[in-house]
Amino acid sequence: MTDTATRDRIDAEVKANEVVLFMKGTPVFPQCGFSAATVQILSYFGVKFSSVNVLEDADIRQGIKEYSDWPTIPQLYVKGEFVGGCDIVREMAESGELPQLFREKGVAFTEAA
Amino acid sequence: MTYAERIQQRLTEALSPETLEIEDQSHLHKGHVGARPEGETHFHVRIVSAAFAGQSRVNRQRNVYKLLRAEMDERVHALALETLTPEEAAG
Repeated sequence: MTDTATRDRIDAEVKANEVVLFMKGTPVFPQCGFSAATVQILSYFGVKFSSVNVLEDADIRQGIKEYSDWPTIPQLYVKGEFVGGCDIVREMAESGELPQLFREKGVAFTEAA
Repeated sequence: MTYAERIQQRLTEALSPETLEIEDQSHLHKGHVGARPEGETHFHVRIVSAAFAGQSRVNRQRNVYKLLRAEMDERVHALALETLTPEEAAG
C-alpha cells in the first residue's frame, strides 16, 4: 500500500499543474513507447505540460497506480482529473474529445489546422 | 495455457464479447523495459461487448485491467486496449 506521504506528493503534483503526465523517462528521452506516444500527442496540440518520471521514484511509480486505480503508465491528468492512459488519450485525440476537454478546462492549446 | 489463451478465457467469461481479437505484439517491444525473451508481454486487445454500454472509457479499461490482474502481475507488461460497444464498433 502507498503511504500517506507518497499519496500527498502525488496529489500535490496533480493539483499544482494544469496538465501533468506521469511517464517513464522524460519528454525528451521517453523510455517506453506508450509514454513516447502520449508525449507526442500532447506536443501535437502544443499543450504545456509538466511530467513526472516514475522510473526515478519507486514510491511514486507504485503510488500513482493506486491513486487513480489505474495499473499502467503513462497517466495523464488535466486540472486535477485523471484522463486516461495512452490508448484513451489517442482515441480522444482522434475523436476530437481531447481538444474539447482542453477547451472546457481552459487549457491553452493549438487548434490543429 | 499461454497468456493469450488466459486473456481470451477471462475476457470471454466476464464480458461475453461479440468480437475479441488478441494479438501478441511483444516482438515490437523487444529489448524495451518490460519485454522478456520468451515473449507474451505486450498484447493488443480489441473487445466489442455490450457490457461496455454506459461506461466511460476509463472505467471500461479499468474493468479489463481488473479482470487480467493476475496476468499483469505475472507476466504481461502492457496492453493496448480497444474497448467498444457493438454500436460503436458498427459506427
